[in-house]
Amino acid sequence: MNLFAINYQQSCLQPVKHGLQSGNLRINFNHGTTCLAFKYSNGIVVSVDSRASAGAYIASGTVKKVIEINPFLLGTMAGGAADCQFWQRVLSQECWLYELRISVAAASKLLANILYNYKGYGLSIGTMIVGWDKKGPGLYYVDDDGTRHSGNLFAVGSGSTYAYGVLDTCYRWDMTDDEALELGRRAIYHATYRDIGSGNSNNLYLVKPDGWKFIGNYDTANLHYQYNPVAAE
Amino acid sequence: ISQKYIMSRYDRAITVFSPDGHLFQVEYAQEAVKKGSTAVGIRGGNCAVLAVEKKAAAKLQDDRTVRKMALLDNHVAMAFAGLTADARILINRARVECKSHRLTVEDPVTLEYIARFVAGIKQKYTQSTGRRPFGLSTLLVGFNVDGTPHLYCTDPSGAYNEWLANAVGKNDKTVREFLEKMYTPESVADEVGAIKLALRAILEVVQSGAKNVDLGVMRCRDGVPEWEILPAERLSALMAEIEAEREAEAEKKRARKE
Repeated sequence: MNLFAINYQQSCLQPVKHGLQSGNLRINFNHGTTCLAFKYSNGIVVSVDSRASAGAYIASGTVKKVIEINPFLLGTMAGGAADCQFWQRVLSQECWLYELRISVAAASKLLANILYNYKGYGLSIGTMIVGWDKKGPGLYYVDDDGTRHSGNLFAVGSGSTYAYGVLDTCYRWDMTDDEALELGRRAIYHATYRDIGSGNSNNLYLVKPDGWKFIGNYDTANLHYQYNPVAAE
Repeated sequence: ISQKYIMSRYDRAITVFSPDGHLFQVEYAQEAVKKGSTAVGIRGGNCAVLAVEKKAAAKLQDDRTVRKMALLDNHVAMAFAGLTADARILINRARVECKSHRLTVEDPVTLEYIARFVAGIKQKYTQSTGRRPFGLSTLLVGFNVDGTPHLYCTDPSGAYNEWLANAVGKNDKTVREFLEKMYTPESVADEVGAIKLALRAILEVVQSGAKNVDLGVMRCRDGVPEWEILPAERLSALMAEIEAEREAEAEKKRARKE
């Protein structure tokens, strides 16, 4: 058995399940999250959880994973919290300098181009840029390898698969505001139920032509009993 | 995108303030513009028109290559007065910026943006070491995404303004005075009205004849911008109409006098 080979391999940059390892250096990333956003006839719903995990430790249950770029634009946070927060703050600065009300396409492209410049440097960002501009509702998925997709429905993070299950079953274009918000809430609830990386509470936002509105913070434990009421004796 | 400033050996600026607050190089550049052939721009109700004085081409010169109007993008056109070589540089930069804007912002430039861009370049050259200002004024016409026509004018100092109608180059004062008298929103509400006003304006200072004038129209058909340089026959016909109208007006004046 070649001990030298093992040693050499460990000293090079190795991808590890939730981070990077190179020799003694190990960087753990917080991929534990569920963020989702979808367009429907009357607006866009943005629904996220609020758990920050460092391995098996729940570092915080009250993280704000929706970043308010400006009164008309929202960004979600998945991946490295610091990376997301910092770069979306840079994005709000760029948006403010650019024009009175920048389009969602332009804002998401600004971010995607910045992230592409840092490709390979270890940034961890999986975000959705959401807003309403003169072209109507805008929803873009942008991530750290420079990907930028436009779409009607996205879920991001370790709990995204569970969220997709609920969303893909119940999503319709024609929904009332209440139906859409309820769908966003339920999708996050199911993701937090099954995914250890997601949980604690659900933050809901609704985006309309005149800007976004914070709907509320819902404890997922309470949501659990709401959806699974204990039978009365 | 940050710019790296390279310490140049040409540390002395050419454009410096005079004791009484003038930038003489900029003013001299404006003089150069006043020597250039006239260009007129009109913003109509549903179109934008540019008319330029065509300098008589030498016998052996292919006059198709002497174009004083340039298309910057499908929806933006530019005419200028002043140094042709300087114009070529600005036109190239503006064309690249129009495409670059479409790439990064997924939207065509607004007239205000591109005017600001061109003016920004010009201003930089009034504050750079070892460089002289651009010796030209430009007239930018086109349609914004929202379908509204606009006309902007930039000058060698780097200032830019929006105009309803303007002229640059030789005798620009005469033409502008004519436009101030004759321009009304009703008279340019339709395309023919705008074209005729532009022609009338430039014919104040240029000899009549289709070979002396170039006219371009930017129109928007069903949301698609279209740039047309009027063919010589159409120009001659319009000039003949204007002559006839002028004569009719002169007749009326004579009749009133008697």
